[in-house]
Amino acid sequence: MRIRLNGEAYITGDVNSVDDLLKEINVHSERVAVEVNLRIISKSDYRTYILKDGDTIEVVSFVGGGCYGRQIYYTGNRV
Amino acid sequence: MEDRFIIRGIEFKSRLWVGTGKYRDFEETAKAIEASGTDVVTVAVRRVNILNRKSPNLLDYIDPKKYKILPNTAGCYTVEDALRYSRLAREAGVSDMVKLEVIGDEKTLFPDVCGLLKATEILAKEGFIVFPYTNDDPIIAKRLVDAGAAAVMPLGAPIGSGLGIRNPYNIKIILETVDTPVIVDAGVGTASDSAIAMELGCDAALINTGIAGAKDPVAMARAMKHAVIAGRLACKAGRIPKKLYATASSPLEGMLL
Repeated sequence: MRIRLNGEAYITGDVNSVDDLLKEINVHSERVAVEVNLRIISKSDYRTYILKDGDTIEVVSFVGGGCYGRQIYYTGNRV
Repeated sequence: MEDRFIIRGIEFKSRLWVGTGKYRDFEETAKAIEASGTDVVTVAVRRVNILNRKSPNLLDYIDPKKYKILPNTAGCYTVEDALRYSRLAREAGVSDMVKLEVIGDEKTLFPDVCGLLKATEILAKEGFIVFPYTNDDPIIAKRLVDAGAAAVMPLGAPIGSGLGIRNPYNIKIILETVDTPVIVDAGVGTASDSAIAMELGCDAALINTGIAGAKDPVAMARAMKHAVIAGRLACKAGRIPKKLYATASSPLEGMLL
């Protein structure tokens, strides 16, 4: 099955459900969130939610961050 | 004297909240957090690195049983993005709390308060405990609280600028305007800045760059811890009024002349 996973093209092995995919990519379902085609999949549905060819999937977790964005540095005075 | 800090039934032991970005590595992050004495750490939501699953995860170093994890929407520039990140964070299962950021501009990282208000209203209705990162504007602070914010987080100065509390009078007005806790977020550069925030009457201060960017982040974390405690104690103690002229502190009685 060909999917888009975290922004990259990805070809799965023997994967049916969200749970299968997480196992294949070696991600523990604890403390991650999964979105399929912009819809958040609740953890209790990981085993039953069946993925299909062409799905766009995001798997997110927490990283270090306080309060910053795509920061660019502004050094000059505005003319 | 008991001085408890409770928001929506959640009790916070520390009035210093810390960010987890910009550290050299996770070891340093963990040490600084420990030294700060905090029980609240804010984290960002990002894609899991699929290719390198061996890379360590922040939450391997910060025990969610020991610390309250406060997800943030750092890097979100639209209401839609902020909602999406908040919902993902909640689904990831650490908390209903969100430090809501809707950033308006890349140069200043000032909040887009119009978007912030919209996102606050929607998330509060969905049952989130929303802490919006906002401007030092009392009117917007009031609007955010009316929209369901559990606390407001006005900036002391732009994110990462270290300029301190640039408009203490506005912060003071915010404190008088809203009945929710007020947590200064952004701008604190050194210990005296956090003491000032607390002396004004703020309920807490959130600091990331001020600690992570210091030459010795662990030592600065310790300094911030004490400054926040000192500022809070001074606020509760009630400072003397400022006066232009001197007032003698020794008695005149018993002098030789």
